[in-house]
Amino acid sequence: MFVINCPYCGERDQQEFKAGGEAHIERPKQPTELSDDEWAEYLFMRKNIKGIQYERWNHAHGCRKWFNMIRDTSNDEIKAIYKMGEKPPSI
Amino acid sequence: MSENLRVKSSQYIDETTRVSFKFNGTTYYGFKGDTLASALLANNVHLVGRSFKYHRPRGIMTSGSEEPNAIVQINPNTNRTEPNVRATEVEIYEGMEASSQNCWPSVNFDIGGINNFLSPLLPAGFYYKTFMWPASFWEKYEYFIRHSAGLGKSPTSNDPDIYDHRNIHCDVLVVGAGISGILAAKNAAKNNYKTLLLDEKNELGGSTIYENNESNKIDNKISSEWLKKEIEELKNIKNLEIKTRTSVAAYHQYNYLLARENLTDHLEKKDKINKIRQRLLKIRAKRVILATGALERPMVFNNNDRPGIMLSSAIKKYSDFYGVACGRKIIFFTNNDSAYESALSLNDKGIKVEAVVDIRKQSETNLEKRVIDAGIKIYWEHTVVNTSGYKRLNNVSIMKLSNDGTSVTGNKISISCDCLGVAGGWTPAVHLYTQSGSKLAFDEDKKIFIPNKNNSDQISVGSCCGDFKLDEILKNLNEKLKDFLDINKTDFENITVKNDEEISKRNIWLLPSDKALGKTKPFVDYQNDATAKDIKLALREGFRSIEHVKRYTTTGMGTDQGKLGNMHALGIIADTAGVKMGELGTTTFRPPYTPLTFGTIVGRNVGKFFDIFRRTPMNDWHVEQKAEFENVGQWKRAWYYPIDGETMHQAVQRESKAARESSGILDASTLGKIDIQGSDASEFLNRVYTNAWSKLGIGKCRYGLMLNEDGMVYDDGVTTRLGENHYLMTTTTGGAANVLGKLEDYLQTEWPELDVYLTSVTDQFATASLCGPNSKKILKKIIPDLDLSDENFPHMSFKEAKIGSIVCRIMRISFTGEQSFEINVQASYGKALWEKCIEAGREFNITPYGTETMHLLRAEKGFIIVGQDTDGTMTPIDLQMDWIVSKKKYDFIGKRSLYRSDTMREDRKQLVGLLTDDPKVVLEEGAQIVSELNKNPVEMLGHVTSSYFSPNLNKSIALAVVRGGKDMMGKKLFIPMEDKTINVTVSNPVFFDQTNERLNA
Ligand SMILES: [Zn+2]
Repeated sequence: MFVINCPYCGERDQQEFKAGGEAHIERPKQPTELSDDEWAEYLFMRKNIKGIQYERWNHAHGCRKWFNMIRDTSNDEIKAIYKMGEKPPSI
Repeated sequence: MSENLRVKSSQYIDETTRVSFKFNGTTYYGFKGDTLASALLANNVHLVGRSFKYHRPRGIMTSGSEEPNAIVQINPNTNRTEPNVRATEVEIYEGMEASSQNCWPSVNFDIGGINNFLSPLLPAGFYYKTFMWPASFWEKYEYFIRHSAGLGKSPTSNDPDIYDHRNIHCDVLVVGAGISGILAAKNAAKNNYKTLLLDEKNELGGSTIYENNESNKIDNKISSEWLKKEIEELKNIKNLEIKTRTSVAAYHQYNYLLARENLTDHLEKKDKINKIRQRLLKIRAKRVILATGALERPMVFNNNDRPGIMLSSAIKKYSDFYGVACGRKIIFFTNNDSAYESALSLNDKGIKVEAVVDIRKQSETNLEKRVIDAGIKIYWEHTVVNTSGYKRLNNVSIMKLSNDGTSVTGNKISISCDCLGVAGGWTPAVHLYTQSGSKLAFDEDKKIFIPNKNNSDQISVGSCCGDFKLDEILKNLNEKLKDFLDINKTDFENITVKNDEEISKRNIWLLPSDKALGKTKPFVDYQNDATAKDIKLALREGFRSIEHVKRYTTTGMGTDQGKLGNMHALGIIADTAGVKMGELGTTTFRPPYTPLTFGTIVGRNVGKFFDIFRRTPMNDWHVEQKAEFENVGQWKRAWYYPIDGETMHQAVQRESKAARESSGILDASTLGKIDIQGSDASEFLNRVYTNAWSKLGIGKCRYGLMLNEDGMVYDDGVTTRLGENHYLMTTTTGGAANVLGKLEDYLQTEWPELDVYLTSVTDQFATASLCGPNSKKILKKIIPDLDLSDENFPHMSFKEAKIGSIVCRIMRISFTGEQSFEINVQASYGKALWEKCIEAGREFNITPYGTETMHLLRAEKGFIIVGQDTDGTMTPIDLQMDWIVSKKKYDFIGKRSLYRSDTMREDRKQLVGLLTDDPKVVLEEGAQIVSELNKNPVEMLGHVTSSYFSPNLNKSIALAVVRGGKDMMGKKLFIPMEDKTINVTVSNPVFFDQTNERLNA
């Protein structure tokens, strides 16, 4: 059970949060221009890395804000947390 | 028949309080402070159970939570019965009953014991090899296996006890209150760290507290005396909380630990009542100090499992702590010095020690000299090759070991005895350490796994990190604490420590016998009856991974999780396969370290607290009217209102007719309500719904369909424009929270530029939905000054009004096809509103209806229910709702997916109506639909999603999803059931009032 440092609320228990999958996958601005394959790439394809992974998290039972997390999935170490729209910090 | 093997009075046992208890039906006596094991041993009872596979007689082996054999059922046939309790842990109390497990009809005469003689037929992987074939026989095998196995019985009545959870946040958590843990906790607390010290035993002090070796001295005092003073001082320290009888079950990441505090298991029945039995501590610690100690290892030799064969350290604890002799003629068998301490301690108390058998060539320590001086014979370089005594050890045969330790030579020496203390060295208890994610390293010299790569904020101290001698323990502890706690000095920095040195070491994982391995029974895992032979067989059959060998041989898979035998299993695999133990790794230590009761895990969340229920403000009225309820998400919704013993069918038929003939009223408070405000609110709705929203006038309502990005229907509901930049969205009852979450996600991450704010107002409003041809008249009575004409207040529009001084929002919308008004008031007025409607509607036979009637009425109109007629694979096109998908809008969630090749297939499952040829036959929801009965295999076209008998049409109606159904209008299909085939015809899904005349009638 992680302790997650919400950028808006501070350190809280993991049970207040919801994981939201891989981060930095931007919804295409013009979906209709995309081929089936390109759309499928956005829609279905996600990485499942052992090691450094960029993830979205939501403080679902707190401030309801979404933010990004860099997590090492091999040992669950949270490397960094940063707000939506911000560039990932170098780690 | 009872014998007394008490040897001396013990300061840890209250000999003034005699306690009677029953074991396997016989009454015995012990003292307050005894464990079941120590009390049984005091009565010279060793035989306590049968092994799992061979049903071999087994005795008490240890004095702690690692016990593999003495697993008992406490208070059998009562509502407090508990299986799989270790006799070595459970404290006796007046009137306690316990019985052996896994033996039938009794521990002394066990039918399953025949397996012992069949054991050549029961090799490793026996269950996999034999019972898996042929597959169709598994059910018969399972019965046989379960009947003969039976590890205890679970209680059959409700648990009478109370359980609790507690969250604890501390600066420093110390696990284990041996000498290391006590000093660590004391120094942490003294330096202003909020400290919690836990120990699974009922006494502090670990094994040091009953230490009586004159050579182990701190500041010239015997270590136990010195430690007692330290424990005494703990009482006066602030910031320190101590919990005994508390065992840490799990150590998760980020220093989150779960511990079970045992509060009443040691109390008499009358003192258990109305008290919390066990409490689960959920601990978040800033720093964790593991002082979990070490477990003594047995040794693996032929017939090493007879009752009377015990760990050397256990024999010492029983005599020094409980004042009990484990036998009258004891032999020790060892590969290290610790057995010498046990032998001396026993000898001092007048317990006869026959001999010490040592596999080493020599020891040359002070201890050895003292043992010889005590007149105890030492057999150097000898090993036990066999033991005898079926239900109790009576003889041990020893022979000389060869130089390489792989064979025996010389004459066999036979020594009679009734107890054998085995000392195979010490294994650090690193279970919790590895659970935390930290990594181990193998110490080739000590033949142990020790902590290597820590996560931060954690240290291991004392024997759990491989320090076994008092001087090295305390020296290393001092340095580690200073570093870990950021302090300059500890309060034990200047003590002087003296102890015996251990010089000689020898380790043989599998000891040889004069017989071939195939003819011997050297047990590695006692509880699961896995022998060294089984492990070698697994290797011969090609298993290499330790995880695979473990599962194939079931080594380490019992309730003790292989606490005793895992190292030997690893050692034997390494030796046989010719690899280094460090390279082999260990199996994963999984939580819980010791078993937890379900009660502890569940805590207070039982009965009505098992799950959260949400109830509407009108709930009391529904209850008074004896409504039946159904669960919808977390909500308790009125399902139907039976009158005078009506069946559900009768009630629903009556309610449905009344709603169409005069008036009905539904509690719709559970629908999700989201308040949407902001200058981009219209644009936002354009993006999340499939239809267009910009042109919706203020005070108008519109039905919307929400998709997932994959194009599948996600939710639906009516949204009302309350103002220029203000909307009220309704969602399905079950989908409310998820819809809000999804909308927030898009707003925050994809469209942060939109000026939109979302607020859940589900709980803030109560909603009564009036429907039927007389609904307008009823509403008129309640709000006389509101103009309800179709011109002023048309279908799909909204008015704000007042009932007295209470503001209400009224939407004229319909889910039934009748004229309907949804009246929303502040939740606290919900029941008053409802009662007012009922009162005003009395002359019109207003009929409250529940969710079942609501479902029926909407099915008559062909309206879908998301989640019932859809299942996450239905697009709006599949639902024949093309009309709601805007062709003009450039984009909305899921739009692009509607043009994927797969979603555009013509032969997707599509929503249709079904009419049975016999109008009285009602289909079963979920029934499969086929077009050809004689095709093999049968081709499934789809299934029935909603089905009712419509009282308003006087016939059976159904909605279904059918492959290519859109083009099947009028086609005959078949629904094969168990006992008959039902003929149906595909129809328009709108069965009733297809032209919507009733909405404005
Ligand atoms: Zn937050």
